[in-house]
Amino acid sequence: MPMKVGNLPFFEGVDKAISNTYMVNAVSSAQDGLREKKLKATVGDETLGDWEEWRRAGEEIRQFTLNHLDYYLKQLSDNFAARGGHVYFAQTVEEAQNYVRKIVRSKNAKNIVKSKSMVTEEISLNEALEAEGCDVLETDLAEFILQVDKDRPSHIVVPSVHKDRRKVREAFQKLGYSGSDEPKELAAFARKTLREKFLHADVGITGCNFAVADTGSICLVTNEGNANMVTSYPETQITVMGMERLVPSWKELDVLVTLLCRSSVGQRLTTYVTDITPADQTDTVDGPKDFHLVIVDAGRSRALGTEFQPALQCIRCAACLNVCPVYRHIGGHAYGSIYPGPIGAVLSPILGGYKEYGKLPYASSLCAACTEACPVRIPLHELLIKHRQKYVAGAGHPQTGEKIAMKAFGIGAKSPFLFKAGMKMAPIFLKPLVHDGSISKGPGPMKPWTHGRDLPAPSKENFREWFKKHQAEAGNPPTTVNADGSRSEAK
Amino acid sequence: MKVSLFTTCLGELFYVDVLKDTTEVLERLGCEVDVPEGQICCGQPSYNSGYKKESIGPAKHMIETFENADYIVSPSGSCTSMFREYPKIFADEPEWAERAKRIAEKTYEFTSFIVNVLGVEDVGAEFHARVTLHTSCHMTRLLGERDSHYRLLSHVKGLELVKLPNNYDCCGFGGTFSVKMTPISEQMVDEKIRHIEETKAEVLVGADASCLMNIGGRMRRLGKPVKVMHIAQILNSHQEEEAAHHANESRKSTVL
Ligand code: SF4
Repeated sequence: MPMKVGNLPFFEGVDKAISNTYMVNAVSSAQDGLREKKLKATVGDETLGDWEEWRRAGEEIRQFTLNHLDYYLKQLSDNFAARGGHVYFAQTVEEAQNYVRKIVRSKNAKNIVKSKSMVTEEISLNEALEAEGCDVLETDLAEFILQVDKDRPSHIVVPSVHKDRRKVREAFQKLGYSGSDEPKELAAFARKTLREKFLHADVGITGCNFAVADTGSICLVTNEGNANMVTSYPETQITVMGMERLVPSWKELDVLVTLLCRSSVGQRLTTYVTDITPADQTDTVDGPKDFHLVIVDAGRSRALGTEFQPALQCIRCAACLNVCPVYRHIGGHAYGSIYPGPIGAVLSPILGGYKEYGKLPYASSLCAACTEACPVRIPLHELLIKHRQKYVAGAGHPQTGEKIAMKAFGIGAKSPFLFKAGMKMAPIFLKPLVHDGSISKGPGPMKPWTHGRDLPAPSKENFREWFKKHQAEAGNPPTTVNADGSRSEAK
Repeated sequence: MKVSLFTTCLGELFYVDVLKDTTEVLERLGCEVDVPEGQICCGQPSYNSGYKKESIGPAKHMIETFENADYIVSPSGSCTSMFREYPKIFADEPEWAERAKRIAEKTYEFTSFIVNVLGVEDVGAEFHARVTLHTSCHMTRLLGERDSHYRLLSHVKGLELVKLPNNYDCCGFGGTFSVKMTPISEQMVDEKIRHIEETKAEVLVGADASCLMNIGGRMRRLGKPVKVMHIAQILNSHQEEEAAHHANESRKSTVL
């Protein structure tokens, strides 16, 4: 199934992740490092001016583009085609796979090189092409490591964040590597292996950080330079993009690239920011002769015009993953989706449905660290609540007990009489459970809480009674505010 | 200044001492405190779980109850933030949205009220201990209140404040998250406790009873000796009263 990572039910995936202390340590120390770098490059960089203003500009650009998406998609497509490129709109995953398959077949291509791309992971493009008998090679170092190790990305920017250099060495040994676990040596080995493959590549496949509508260009933001090899050696280039990943012009691109580089890896600018426009055969000598742009919907349009549209503002910087305390403790694989973390919990149910991903919106304490970090101001934690609303309203299957409890809550929390009675009864009812001032084993709904935590015993004293006495002692009869704003003695 | 106390359900159920301290601190600072009788729960537990319909009734009830208050003050950042969220909840009911907005505008979290409305940073408290502070997520991110609690604590005589490493990370409470996603929640609170221990503080203080209930409940289970206190308890501490506090059984003084 496209998008899916692993096949464990959610809670089993969580247990597996939690018990992998090795992975948890790798992820949390990466988070600490990335968070600090990001802060330095954003709020901490005076040369940038007010970071909040940048965020607001980013939000505005993304919202504006999404509100005029049809217009800019057409402009992009027209301009791309006018320069000799081929544009294909794929409504579904299958359509996208089929189109790419068709191109590859028509070229009789066997050797395919890829640069890092989440959308191709989303549409399981590698599997589709491998089934055709193609040799598909990931050339981004982290993706290459994962491919060699038959592993999947656990992060959208740093896909192998869950591995350290010892694991990388172990993976490379499968290719006959016998060196140390020094990063330099490991990288040199990967470089040599990849270099040879580049020379024989028939087709290069890339993702797309942004497409620029008014010139028909695609922009790749990278650090290793492998994407430049992917787009300059093979005669054929296929770029796959999510239908929302475009900007009107280079002016807006400038802002978004700034937000992306600084938010994702804390760099002012990545080593390479490459913009490629189809060569109309007259004004350029290098680059692909045959350039295809596959624009993928695959569920995105379902969010357009709905309360979930802000999710499409995402520029995949991963800043929200890098501050998420849940991601910190379970890593990416436990989410079961190629899009993990807060944005994954928002996006996966939209693209893949509640049946498969309905639990993800609950995998958040709603601490809002994601919302605070997002460079394009997506209200991520609010979108998680909106998903929960859909889930309980019929899209998912909340437990019956929970539904009844919430109904009862809805009634009880409107009735002062019931509330006051409850406050008086609680200490009496719970008394048998109280030992030494707290409850360590609670029944029913208290059970998951007391699994690992004590619950305080309800206060024996009643606050409202104390308050009345307190006021009387002070010589003030307790007052209450009336509907007209006046005060009178409380009953 | 007239202040209507928004007690919160957790406060009334578990932390009556905190409510008493909150009342006394506000009174000492010259406020006339009242406790609107009709108040119940803000509706956050159901709202955050996705049960919007079930949360509308409680929210309307709270709006009616507090509508005529001059200031609404609550010793909880999280519950305060729910009042601030009310206008968004009523996006489809303009008349209620308007009423919700008026409520939101006059609702303050306890420490924020003292510093930003009353303009006081030194409440004259004295408390001798090495203390670390948990700045809760709703307080800092939803309310944008990042330093009132630091300011207030910095003026408490005898108090040594140590910064909590990774203080920005959530403690793992998250309302129903703590019982729906127990395994993850426990990992989060355990990391929080490791950081608390690193500070070698004797007391953990916070301004949100819910987070403190989570961290404190876990520490108690694990047998950790760190005391857990609400900031109102510290701000209502005075040396000369300390002995009296301890003598008074009904007022278990400092420990949550
Ligand atoms: S949701 Fe925001 S923070 Fe997260 S990846 Fe997308 S743009 Fe970045």
